[in-house]
Amino acid sequence: MIRSMPRSLGYRIGYAIFVILFYLFLFAPLIVISVLAFNDSQFVSLPWNGFTLDWFFADGPDRVGLFHDPELLHSLWISVETGLIVAALSLVVGTMGAFLFVQERFCCKEPLYFLAIAPLVIPGVILGISILLTATLVGDWIEKTTGIDLEFLRPSFWLVILGQFSFIATFVLLVVISRLKKFDHTLEEAAMDLGANRWTVIRRITIPFLMPALVGSFVVAFLMSFGNFNTTLFLVGSDATLPIELYTQIRDGSTPVLNAVSFLLIVFTSGMALLYLLLSKKE
Amino acid sequence: MSSRHFRLGFIIFLTPVLLWLLTLIVIPHIDLLIASFQAENDQGKLVFSQENYRNFFTDSVYWYTFVRTAFYSILVTVITFLLTFPLAFYITKIASKRLGGFLSMLLLLPFWVGELVSIYGWMILLRESGVINYILLGVGLLHKPVPLLYNDFSMVLGLVYMSMLFMVVPLISALESLDDSLIEAASDLGASKFTIFTRIVIPYAAPGITSGAIVVFMLVLGDYLSPNLLGGKNSLWFTEQIYNEFIASFNWNQGAAFGFLLLLLSSAIVWLGLRMSRQRLDKAVGA
Repeated sequence: MIRSMPRSLGYRIGYAIFVILFYLFLFAPLIVISVLAFNDSQFVSLPWNGFTLDWFFADGPDRVGLFHDPELLHSLWISVETGLIVAALSLVVGTMGAFLFVQERFCCKEPLYFLAIAPLVIPGVILGISILLTATLVGDWIEKTTGIDLEFLRPSFWLVILGQFSFIATFVLLVVISRLKKFDHTLEEAAMDLGANRWTVIRRITIPFLMPALVGSFVVAFLMSFGNFNTTLFLVGSDATLPIELYTQIRDGSTPVLNAVSFLLIVFTSGMALLYLLLSKKE
Repeated sequence: MSSRHFRLGFIIFLTPVLLWLLTLIVIPHIDLLIASFQAENDQGKLVFSQENYRNFFTDSVYWYTFVRTAFYSILVTVITFLLTFPLAFYITKIASKRLGGFLSMLLLLPFWVGELVSIYGWMILLRESGVINYILLGVGLLHKPVPLLYNDFSMVLGLVYMSMLFMVVPLISALESLDDSLIEAASDLGASKFTIFTRIVIPYAAPGITSGAIVVFMLVLGDYLSPNLLGGKNSLWFTEQIYNEFIASFNWNQGAAFGFLLLLLSSAIVWLGLRMSRQRLDKAVGA
């Protein structure tokens, strides 16, 4: 039944078939996307008509590849920018929160901690609409009283960043907290005894200790922002992120260019995930 | 001096955290609640009203969608569990350590790639001109293509696919700490496989099962892409109702009421799951 006990042949074969089918199910969509990104056909379907790189590099007039599609490239760039800003912002605030919850004692710490992890169990759609409501309310009020229309309170690039940050910070917080709890405080005390002040201790001892968690959570935060759809849907303005742009195009019908984009995403995110795994292995 | 210095540092750390939680979590949800109890009167002014909730309870379309969404979310959670539990058991108890590590690493990949890309892959596989139909026609199992896409089957398939990781990770970490000698001892004492599973393995993994079920249920309930892209024309999902009110009808107050109802349902299930398994929220969500 388990690896240390004798198992019947039927049990072993049955289990092996199940596991193989499971992984086939898991990777089937990614494999067909990747294969059809190189198919020399106008349609995203079999039969296989031969290998081509047109869906990446063609420059018209019949076929326009991904690298000559201004809308897709623009949304890709918006997503990268959004991801970097959200990851940086979440890293700073999440780390500050981790220090607060692990090292400090203050009133209302428990309810505040509960609030900080609540975004994990709030559906993304709800975060999106509630932030949209509040931003609009505040934006309208400011416009009425001062006559200034603040663009970041309307569906826009910056509102998307606020919306994604609102729950991605929680993930950074949790990752850094679990690392910080393993921290040996005698290291800090020793440094203080040797004459280091608090900022030197943080810079020279605490931050280096936290580094793997910080880099890891930055990568995760970037990927979460990069792939986010539910929250972004309600906050996006004229600058569509890649998932929003892809969604619009997929809804309207598929072209091999979409396979090319998806293929690049598969390669890119696997690379990032691998990087993250290597980092956490070291830890 | 040193204590004042310390307080200053504390305030510098506390301020951004408070700003985050107040302006992006607390106030927006209070706003959501307030907006859900407002409606335009005859003069077009916003006044207090229970109309939005009354609409929900009187119009059967809304009711139906809500119950349907809840029902399918439970179904998807159960299917996901049945599918991933044997896998988690294989990875932790049967496969060699190296194979198990490799298999659990492979599990993560579709998650990182993102829901949208996987759904697009399923669309290419399932539709009438899709890869599955092409293969089945090619080997002669079918004579004309069958529509596999745009129905409840394809919607559930997409939802299960995107949920599997969130179920399998807590299951693996629960089963990993189960001592093999417990199973060996039970077997030596004559317990059957069935008894071992129901009396040892399942009870031991119960906290992991609840964690996974809570997260999966919440994600499925709040999902938009799978029902929208893989479901049929008539297969409404409650998030789509919210989207319709916000983007299409521009009736934000009605949308706010729907949003609040969805939040209530999701919180109730999370609370129930935590109570049943006697876990704390932060432990259950994997911290």
